Amino acid sequence: MRSTSRHILGSVKEMIQACIQCGTCTGSCPNAFAMDHTPRHLWQMVLNDRTRDVLTSKTFILCSSCYYCTLRCPRGLPLTDVMGSLTRLARTENPTGFKKSHLFYGQFLQSIRRHGRVNESELMTLFFLEMKNPLLPLQYAGLGLKFLQKNKISLPFVEKEGSHGLEKIFEKVREMENQA
Amino acid sequence: MKYFYYPGCSLEGTAKEYNLSTVSLMKALGTDLIEIEDWTCCGASAAHAVSELLSYVLPTRTLALAEKMSRERKEKLDILVPCSACYLNLKKVSHDISSAPGLLEKINAVLEIEGLVFENRLAVRHLLDILTRDIDIHDVLNRIQVPFKNFSIAPYYGCQCLRPFPVFDNPEKPESMEPFIRAAGASVHSWEMGGRCCGASHMTTKPEVGRMLVAKILTRAKWADMILTVCPMCQMNLEGFQKGISRASHEKMDITILYLPQFIGMAMGLPENQTRTDLNLCITPGFYDKYQAALKQLSDGITRSA
Repeated sequence: MRSTSRHILGSVKEMIQACIQCGTCTGSCPNAFAMDHTPRHLWQMVLNDRTRDVLTSKTFILCSSCYYCTLRCPRGLPLTDVMGSLTRLARTENPTGFKKSHLFYGQFLQSIRRHGRVNESELMTLFFLEMKNPLLPLQYAGLGLKFLQKNKISLPFVEKEGSHGLEKIFEKVREMENQA
Repeated sequence: MKYFYYPGCSLEGTAKEYNLSTVSLMKALGTDLIEIEDWTCCGASAAHAVSELLSYVLPTRTLALAEKMSRERKEKLDILVPCSACYLNLKKVSHDISSAPGLLEKINAVLEIEGLVFENRLAVRHLLDILTRDIDIHDVLNRIQVPFKNFSIAPYYGCQCLRPFPVFDNPEKPESMEPFIRAAGASVHSWEMGGRCCGASHMTTKPEVGRMLVAKILTRAKWADMILTVCPMCQMNLEGFQKGISRASHEKMDITILYLPQFIGMAMGLPENQTRTDLNLCITPGFYDKYQAALKQLSDGITRSA
């Protein structure tokens, strides 16, 4: 954790200020069973400025964006978006936590940056390399082989005809975010 | 009818059959799809985990390209999107810019370097929305050639074509696929799992959780002949890990999973090179035999009546 300042959660706090702790979000969440803090509990922690506990919690990384909580929240709060905001915060404030998810999403964006469109086999190859776990690829080997047999995935690092990267766009976004 | 078409990255790779069967079905139903030139990735679930601005810029780039085509062709067409994740990312842009002052200007400041501008002029619509609200079900009914009698079919909608924006179906109790299942002569498998989550990218980042969610869905479809999907992520999660899940739970959970346009195409008698069922990962032997029997009955019937 880089910092435990209470300001970090400021923007997120604003988004859930009106939470009444009813727990509809938790009752609707398909992933609550695997979380260390239920969504309702996480909102309470945010509102109480428990920055460190919030950003080391597994809760937001387990959100699969099903939008049940957002749909059902009686206060109409954008709870799925809040999970996204917390994921982004954790990426900068707690970079060593959630290594697998951060690496996967990072590689995903690199693939878009390089090719404009995602090259699925390249994404998985680089993800496995970065994870440095020789057993990990085995979990997906069967599926990858099936896709190859059906000629459904292209070879990694081969540029598709007519595709191009989005270098300038990514650079401009970075520039604007640094200014903000 | 005409639409701009955004296939998205998966439909060029692991979900090729979703792309090819959608194009074939829409053509058979007398609809033209005009692919958005130079489209790029919508950001999937990755962009919003890394950069908020990028998560808006990526889908908007493609929307701006569609608007450019619309201006050049002097046609205002809706954008048809078969992938639920792409659909939501594209649709969310026009929703969020109305509630976040300055967001549109920020997005356009980035797109400017490619000479693009987004004006929020075109409607983004899911394939299931267009099938449900633009296509006349009687038109489909009249074209049914292969009746799926004695088939029980489980419609699986997943999340993001239903939520958070309830556009064409009830996000708590979806039923928009049912008319197509009944039109094909099959019965609708009764279950509550239609709108439940498949775990999305958990299968890669949190496989132990992803497998639990998929196992719940497969278990409840046990007595159905197949599950229909309208999203490449759902399809891959439901069909790609059946063996592992069966092994872990000591229960046989293999079941045929098809994309909705593949199924409607099969019922309308489109050939395999249009429905591309050769590309699916799990069409069970039981399903295949039952389907062949339906075909045989049909050809016997035709011979008898001739």
